[in-house]
Amino acid sequence: MSAPLLVFNDKGIYCEKAKVYLDPWKPVDNAIISHGHADHSRWGHKKYITHHSNVPIIKHRLGDIVVTGKKWNETFIINGVKFSLHPAGHIIGSSQIRVEYKGEVWVFTGDYKMEDDGVAVPYESVKCHSFITECTFGLPAFKWLPQDQVMTDVNNWWQQNREDGRTSVLFGYSLGKAQRLLKYLDPSIGKIYTHGAIENMTEVLRPQLSMPETIRITRDTKKEELKGSIVLAPPSAQGTPWIRKMVPFVTASASGWMTFRGARRRRAIDKGFVLSDHCDWQGLLQAIEGTGCEKVICTHGYTEIFSRFLREKGYDARTEETQYEGEIGELEAKSEMEKDVEPVAKIPSSL
Amino acid sequence: MKLFAELIRTLDSTNKTTLKVEALTRYFEAAPDKDKVWAIAILSHRRPPRPVNTTLLREWATELADIPLWLFEESYHIVGDLAETIALIIPASDASSDKSLSQFLQEIIELKKLTEIEKKEYLHKNWLELNYYERFVFSKLITGSFRIGVSQKLMTRALAKATSIDEDILAYKLMGNWEPSKISYTQLILEENEEDYLSKPYPFYLAYALENEASDLGDVSEWSAEHKWDGIRSQVIIRNNELFVWSRGEELVTDKYPEFQVFVNAVPNGTVMDGEILPFPNGEIGTFNDLQTRIGRKSVSKALLEKVPVILKVYDLLEWNGKDIREKPYEERREFLKKLVQEIDTSETPLYLSESLAFNSWEEVAEERQRARDERSEGLMLKKLDSPYLVGRKKGDWWKWKVAPLTIDAVLTYAMRGHGRRSNLFTDYTFGLWNSEKNELVTFAKAYSGLTDAEFRKVDAWIKKNTLERFGPVRSVTPHHVFEIAFEGIAESKRHKSGVATRFPRILRWRQDKKIEDANSLEELKALIP
Repeated sequence: MSAPLLVFNDKGIYCEKAKVYLDPWKPVDNAIISHGHADHSRWGHKKYITHHSNVPIIKHRLGDIVVTGKKWNETFIINGVKFSLHPAGHIIGSSQIRVEYKGEVWVFTGDYKMEDDGVAVPYESVKCHSFITECTFGLPAFKWLPQDQVMTDVNNWWQQNREDGRTSVLFGYSLGKAQRLLKYLDPSIGKIYTHGAIENMTEVLRPQLSMPETIRITRDTKKEELKGSIVLAPPSAQGTPWIRKMVPFVTASASGWMTFRGARRRRAIDKGFVLSDHCDWQGLLQAIEGTGCEKVICTHGYTEIFSRFLREKGYDARTEETQYEGEIGELEAKSEMEKDVEPVAKIPSSL
Repeated sequence: MKLFAELIRTLDSTNKTTLKVEALTRYFEAAPDKDKVWAIAILSHRRPPRPVNTTLLREWATELADIPLWLFEESYHIVGDLAETIALIIPASDASSDKSLSQFLQEIIELKKLTEIEKKEYLHKNWLELNYYERFVFSKLITGSFRIGVSQKLMTRALAKATSIDEDILAYKLMGNWEPSKISYTQLILEENEEDYLSKPYPFYLAYALENEASDLGDVSEWSAEHKWDGIRSQVIIRNNELFVWSRGEELVTDKYPEFQVFVNAVPNGTVMDGEILPFPNGEIGTFNDLQTRIGRKSVSKALLEKVPVILKVYDLLEWNGKDIREKPYEERREFLKKLVQEIDTSETPLYLSESLAFNSWEEVAEERQRARDERSEGLMLKKLDSPYLVGRKKGDWWKWKVAPLTIDAVLTYAMRGHGRRSNLFTDYTFGLWNSEKNELVTFAKAYSGLTDAEFRKVDAWIKKNTLERFGPVRSVTPHHVFEIAFEGIAESKRHKSGVATRFPRILRWRQDKKIEDANSLEELKALIP
């Protein structure tokens, strides 16, 4: 029996035939990158291949790198292995990576979600034999409400806080969640302010996405003008001196983890909105079914539980250790909250 | 139910006490009287008896969610709350019920009498007809404890705001035995009714731990010191030839301590004493471990009564001759108490006075504190001589000054996920000490508290990466981390594998500077047994 098309080694997911890594976590020569979050696009590779729309993102994050952009469904061949990128619906520029050799097809999802959020190009189901999937929220307890409903709640919350004379501070990861929230905030309620990290990333993405106007919070921003406004901030800003300018304020977080009452209380956040850029339980199951695959490899999230469930359903499912993997829920609240993902040794984003 | 579920949702949406009180006040202003009584009952931990055991609840919820039982169990370990797990895994519903909270509770009470099939049908129907928060609240009512970040104190404060009745008076009215299904809101809250007060205890006055130097409290002659006994704080009431024993958790425990029945003859009617129930084997104060054999048993066997008899060591008098004397100075209350106990024959009536000690200097007080372990006490209580008996935990007049805990360095060996706000985090740890050959770690204690949230997160992440084996919710981990464990007392125990039981073990510090070889041995722990 020949070696599998993709293997997991200490540097990442490796295609030996092509001498290419997918989302490697250690510096390599050739890397195909699924999306711009820090645990998937690391610093130090010689050459990067990713979707066009992700190029400005990783250039912003990683600086002067050698990167080639590809279109959706554009086939490129490396050492006889066919590769192509397909929308993953996770954040702007996020792709699934399809790998084909001698008729055998593997798909690596990176991170993905099923719902069309109007921000990322929606997830496209790709037929394959082997499906390498994340399962960050691979428990039946996770069940997302439609985005419209959640964003109506968010806007109502903001409106109510404004009426009560309070500033609304909404936490979301700088890349992805922040822009998704921003896109659907109702600017007729009040002004939208941003933390510098979010403003920087939003500027990078404005050419690709129309979003309401934002005002960057600087040293000169007056406390009085913030009152009743909404402030978008990365989760790492919680509990820092920076946030004191917003007094009196109410905090909220938008994340899949907010499903658990305990998760919100633990972080001393007032309000939790369940809004995720990952699949919920049903989403994962639908995605897997849609691929028609036989083999499933679960990377990060509740991998053991999810793969056991899949095995009982008749799939050849197993778990692989990756560095975007583990059930490491809260290595640091910061990185976890920033990304909806349960990361292991995540390199802090330089945003 | 809508209103109550909405209250819970609002309470869940804020961490700010003022907003919680506002939400509760609004509820008490708007809800129907019957619902108010139930809301008060639930928030003061008076729930109807559980109509269905949790095994069946899990099975029935699992059936409705169409998942295997093991997956429900795994989800429960991660979510950390049974009612929340049930509410989450059952298919979403936009429906909402118009039934009131009291109607639901009445049904839940009736449910106990139904057959299993009827129970299941009832639960399935309601689970599917309620929206997420209603379903969560409904399941909480069935599973029991309603801990949602609202203390009884907070609830009482809101009730005071809504009714304009003094908070302390309300606290008093809410104490004791009342049944939410039988009492009306008017009877419970609004009416003055002398007969109801027969068994009612007063709210306990609780002390804070001393924060600064004892000498900062001022002139030592204005203070009384007494040993802080390690038993069960309780209030003993003799009224109308009846005895009532209340624990600090507001539980009526009269039946558990039959030796106190003789108080009815020895102590005059209209007396309420504050004191400590202590084990008294072989005519001297025993360990808390001894007392543990008595707690939790409703009926006490004759053999156990002989093996571990209990005494009441009293330190305060709250009612005398049927009059509430809490406003009188401590010194004066003690005088009455002393006279009362002096006339007691302790060979017949197990009622003892907790000696109030006077000192000439704070140095002398400190020396007495050092003797605490010899006295089988936890340290000292310092009470201002002119202080009234206050309600609840208040600073200023009473302080507890415990002896420094015993400590030992132990190795983390097992971990389990926590509950509530610690759900999905490994925060419940088991610790081991070296055996005499220093080749095996023997479990000696479990501890759940003492680390900061940030430290818990770090240890949690480490545990998830260094799991050796899983046993359901428990994981064994690579022996690597050393923690300094503090505990209040230590005694030999046959029930523990290590042969030792420690009292209130908790984590004092994470000793990242120590290697597992540096941890202590079981022998070193045993050397601490007095």
